[in-house]
Amino acid sequence: MHNKLSPFLKGVLVVGFLFLYIPIVSLIVYSFNESKLVTVWGGFSTKWYVSLFNNEQIMSAVKLSIQIALASALAAVALGTIAGFVLARFKRFPGSTLFAGMMTAPMVMPEVITGLSMLLLFISLQQLIGVPSERGFITIWIGHTTLCMAYVAVVVRSRLLEIDQSLEDAAMDLGARPLKIFFVITLPLVSQAIASGFLLSMTLSLDDLVTTAFLSGPGSTTLPQVIFSKVRLGLNPEINALASITVLVVGVVVLLANYLMLNAQRNRDKAIAAAMRESGAHS
Amino acid sequence: MNMSRLMRKLKPGKGAVIAVPFFWLLLFFLVPFFIVLKISFAEQDLAIPPFTSLLQVEDGVLQSLSLYFGNFHFIFTDGLYAATYLSSLKVAFFTTVMCLLLGYPIAYAIARADPARRNVLLMLVMLPFWTSFLLRVYAWMGLLNETGLINNFLMSIGLISEPLHLFHNDFSLYLVMVYAYLPFMILPLFSHLVKMDMRLLEAAADLGAGPIKAFLTITLPLSKNGIIAGSMMVFIPAVGEFVIPELVGGTDTLMIGKVLWNEFFDNNNWPMASAVAIIMVLMLIVPIALLHRYETRELEGKGNA
Repeated sequence: MHNKLSPFLKGVLVVGFLFLYIPIVSLIVYSFNESKLVTVWGGFSTKWYVSLFNNEQIMSAVKLSIQIALASALAAVALGTIAGFVLARFKRFPGSTLFAGMMTAPMVMPEVITGLSMLLLFISLQQLIGVPSERGFITIWIGHTTLCMAYVAVVVRSRLLEIDQSLEDAAMDLGARPLKIFFVITLPLVSQAIASGFLLSMTLSLDDLVTTAFLSGPGSTTLPQVIFSKVRLGLNPEINALASITVLVVGVVVLLANYLMLNAQRNRDKAIAAAMRESGAHS
Repeated sequence: MNMSRLMRKLKPGKGAVIAVPFFWLLLFFLVPFFIVLKISFAEQDLAIPPFTSLLQVEDGVLQSLSLYFGNFHFIFTDGLYAATYLSSLKVAFFTTVMCLLLGYPIAYAIARADPARRNVLLMLVMLPFWTSFLLRVYAWMGLLNETGLINNFLMSIGLISEPLHLFHNDFSLYLVMVYAYLPFMILPLFSHLVKMDMRLLEAAADLGAGPIKAFLTITLPLSKNGIIAGSMMVFIPAVGEFVIPELVGGTDTLMIGKVLWNEFFDNNNWPMASAVAIIMVLMLIVPIALLHRYETRELEGKGNA
């Protein structure tokens, strides 16, 4: 039944992927351009990479962004996994519609709105209880966590809906306590989803400009904010170098994660098949 | 109710499990909207924070409540705001339509590809999505510029003698909007199309339906939920998009996200920014509800399978 793709569909794929990749490839090629005029080729050079790594403003922003991304991804995974579990397993409870709505909305809500509203919350809290005392790491972290947990919840929820609940029921019959079942059976089954959620949260946090702009204060300038202030003024060869490194890192991580997940899937399928054979032999 | 036995036993602890993410979202997502609503009725003030307080309280007693309707009055009477909201809706609508026209065939081709290849193709769609949004927008600045790569190329092969105006206009705005939002359209479409039972198409062919008729009467209706989900995933954030109109749009491009940003950061007029946000939220409630409904339907369909 695996019919070959028609020439039309093949053409669609070629055009689609050219559209997606030409800009990215051009960024990388011109990051090796000797000339300061980014789009006029002046010979091969790696000098923009050297000047990128010597740019203290960019490097300290990279450091801050990675710290925020790690902290946000950890919190988003913890909250998002619980939220995904609640959505997949509890289904109906008082306030479930509101809960599901609050999970969907942050993913699509224009960021100028979420950024502004969270900032006004923090200002009000500061007036009421004096916390948070200033805008910076903590306020950005809360903002990013709230955006990312929705994505984690979606990934975990759809994985939980795929897996067989009879495993959980069987563990119950064997006398395991609910909390133990969650940690020993459910959590390992969704571990891949959690890992993807973590990576997704990292990239969303590392990339966020608009929400961050509202929530950051003096002295907490993240990488996207530095990039934005530079590219607003026009093309900048250091940003090309930065973009190439980003593409390389993301490419390697995504390929590696995909490879590991396919491998794990294969091993699990094998183990399940072996277990089936064994139980078949015993009965 | 197909609640598993585990869940029934979990009931006592259920409240605690739900409470953690629930209250996080309540405090950091829902409550802030009411604060925005409140501040949209305040007046700009030379203070920190820069707006008037609605409530005058003395000795713990509420003295007066003053609501200022000037922000909304200004939005509704000043023609520029109305034009900007309309223009944002227009840009978001045409971006969505173009993403659908381009994304549907791509999603369809991936869903129909050999399963071994499907993973690779899907990953190729995802990869740009994982790399920085900001840097992908920046990439187009290098391509579309007066001295950019496209103009350089066309001039070097002698097709044009002077650079085309590709940048800072509606063309560059739409192009980059479609580019940035395309993956959000492809993924939901793919996940619907890949689940489709191919035997339906074989049956249609056996009964004499041509490929176009089979597509229109079977594939298209079956992917309706994917079309709605994908369209809303593009349309809703596109209405309030700020980065793309700021970096590649024309100076006369009217986008409400840009207006909100300018009111807040340049004019320091927080009440006005809040009023602009409130009207935008009101415009987006129906699309968000639509997205939510089709997502829930999808979820329940899966849950019963």
